[in-house]
Amino acid sequence: MQRIGVFVCWCGSNIAGTVDVHAVAEALKLEPGVVFSIDYQYMCSQAGQNIIKEAIAEHKLTGIVVCSCSPRMHEATFRKTAQAAGINPYMVEIANIREQCSWVHKEMPIGTEKAIILGKAAIAKVNLNAPLTPGESPVTKRALVIGGGIAGIQTALDIADAGFEVDIVEKKPTIGGKMAQIDKTFPTLDCAACILTPKMVDVAQNEKIRIFSYSEVTQVKGFVGNFDVTIKKNARYVKEDLCTGCGACVEKCPQKKVPNEFNLGMDNRRAIYIPFAQAVPKVATIDPNACNMLKNGKCGVCSKVCAAGAIDYTQKDEFIEEKYGAIVVATGFNPISMDKFDEFAYSQSKDVITSLEFERLTNAAGPTAGKLLRPSDGKHPHTIVFVQCVGSRCSSCAEKGKEYCSKICCMYTAKHAMLTRDKYPDTEVYVFYIDVRTPGKSFDEFQRRAVEEYGVHYIKGMVGKVAPEGDKLMVHASDMLANKQLHIEADLVVLAAAIEPDKSARPLATMLTASMDTNDFFTEAHPKLRPVESPTAGVFLSGACQGPKDIPETVSQASAAAAKVIGLLAKDKLTGNPCIAHSDEMMCNGCSSCERVCPYGAITYQDKEFRMPNRTTAIRRVASVNPAVCQGCGACTVACPSGAMDLRGFATKQIIAEVDAICK
Amino acid sequence: MSNKNEYLRDEIIRISGVNPKKCMRCGKCSGTCPAYDEMEYHPHQFVYMVETGDIEPLLNSQSLYKCLSCFACVDRCPRGVEPAKVVEAVRLMAIRKQGANHMTANDVPEKLDDDMPQQAIVSAFRKYTK
Repeated sequence: MQRIGVFVCWCGSNIAGTVDVHAVAEALKLEPGVVFSIDYQYMCSQAGQNIIKEAIAEHKLTGIVVCSCSPRMHEATFRKTAQAAGINPYMVEIANIREQCSWVHKEMPIGTEKAIILGKAAIAKVNLNAPLTPGESPVTKRALVIGGGIAGIQTALDIADAGFEVDIVEKKPTIGGKMAQIDKTFPTLDCAACILTPKMVDVAQNEKIRIFSYSEVTQVKGFVGNFDVTIKKNARYVKEDLCTGCGACVEKCPQKKVPNEFNLGMDNRRAIYIPFAQAVPKVATIDPNACNMLKNGKCGVCSKVCAAGAIDYTQKDEFIEEKYGAIVVATGFNPISMDKFDEFAYSQSKDVITSLEFERLTNAAGPTAGKLLRPSDGKHPHTIVFVQCVGSRCSSCAEKGKEYCSKICCMYTAKHAMLTRDKYPDTEVYVFYIDVRTPGKSFDEFQRRAVEEYGVHYIKGMVGKVAPEGDKLMVHASDMLANKQLHIEADLVVLAAAIEPDKSARPLATMLTASMDTNDFFTEAHPKLRPVESPTAGVFLSGACQGPKDIPETVSQASAAAAKVIGLLAKDKLTGNPCIAHSDEMMCNGCSSCERVCPYGAITYQDKEFRMPNRTTAIRRVASVNPAVCQGCGACTVACPSGAMDLRGFATKQIIAEVDAICK
Repeated sequence: MSNKNEYLRDEIIRISGVNPKKCMRCGKCSGTCPAYDEMEYHPHQFVYMVETGDIEPLLNSQSLYKCLSCFACVDRCPRGVEPAKVVEAVRLMAIRKQGANHMTANDVPEKLDDDMPQQAIVSAFRKYTK
């Protein structure tokens, strides 16, 4: 039998105002197991905690019930108090008589009655509590960053800066991501490459960082502190350690008609290529779908011209297995496909482009060497129409586009419009907007500058249709403020396409057992207070994989994720949560229901030998829970048809005892 | 909003099955409407005026009959509001009102003359009192 002490807190007048705390203490004295009961003004104060400590010593208490505020507030406080006084911290129960009682009731008799009932429930539970000890697991002091865009780069640099090893896995031949494709950055208009490429070089030169480019993660096993990851290094048919990035092979490659994905297909590259001048690692890659040598064995020019002898047509995909303590997801975003938006004639006219294509058209390293020319005929456009919210803010019932605001389009459209007017003042620039959303430091000032100083025509309304007519584009749109329909003869139409998470995110989330929302953005552990952690322990989020973000926000989040990773890797051992599931092997029937519902992949099945009557043995398939991975959600206990799964600290019989106490 | 406007609004919402509150006022419907120049009230105004219960002017406007029912606005609306259905509902309401403007029994006496057969007078009363 337990010896239970009950401590009723007044919380000043917060509780005592609507609950007769003294009556509660007196009533709970009569409950089974209770040997001591008292009320006090502030239980969480030093004096209050001393009352608890003294009572534990004097009355030889084995368990305590504190009737006070939500356990979120002070459960940890009272557990520490109990531990200091020599009893197991998991022998402490909190009856929430503030948030769930005094704050929601106005009349003293009702509040008092409910407080007594809540207290009885907590006492019933403590009677069945058992001391629990959290387990420990070691930490592999190395982090994995998946995705080598600005988010992944920043996270990796910050983790390496703290002295830990970091590996970056990037599926493209180079790191840099979307930022490498961008021309200028808002709101300061500094060139993206000028601020990004030094960071890329830092990554390459950092001794703590390894880059696996042209690679992907194919398998993740294990748990926080101890992930086992398989990385597939795709064959690039070039030996990375020998290639000097001189580019002789690229120059001589006869296959010149491969759409260049870095310039979004607006020009061509060779079959062997280096995506851009500042690529990291600066190593050539052969595109196996375009290379004549790999397709039919006829060519071999690159291997002849390579002075370093780096070309290897026989190279195979390589699988690397590595251990990590923490994983950071930085898989980023892509603009959505314009397939479902035929009204804008994207597929009909080369002169209807997306904003990312516009970035390449204005970039000095782009297909036009930085001159703003129409993709169709190479002429200067004199009237440009920008359309915002293409595919953003679409209702789900419209069955196209995305429901969310893509967040970055208002600002980059203002940037495009401003830069166009600055470089080509003879160009008329129209921006069609539904709302201009510019919350951010110096953001609204920036957009106003586009209107007031650069004379960009901002029109409240939406483009309804773009119709190619000859070499012009007829833009039909509404001007909501003038209540007019406009017909603009444009030379170039730029669509601010919505952004969506990279397609690789969904399979990756499955591998990591990390949760996602309906849009395939990774879900954070808490939208406000834990924004860079996934609910899955040891998995962290960086950048646009968690939601649409601009560069300043991405970098902030990337550094925040790094801080969390450093906090994890700095520990030698991890203390687990002891309130986790366990399986009663004698009752388990091996049905796998628990394994299927476990969101963390904590449950595995194994064949085990059991002693049977008459000195025989039998092999049965039974569930076992990995205590380091289990988060104690309890899904398995509900799914288990035979009642073999139970949660320590929240056992079924404890919950039933609480319910019984309430209904008595 | 007056009771009458509220009634008209609810009626249009009931007939059309459209929820005008889904509209985010982007104006894409009006930007794409081929009959725009013919209309006194434009597709986005239909949606907004139904939301505010300002339906009398719509009922009396020729805009109702200028809509081609091409459904471009329905196809392109990013919020799935379906403005053409609102126009159609107002049109139906106007037509149904016209259907209700037949004679009443009170209108009969002034139309009588001496040549009218008794039987016709009786059947007129019978018909128009129903």
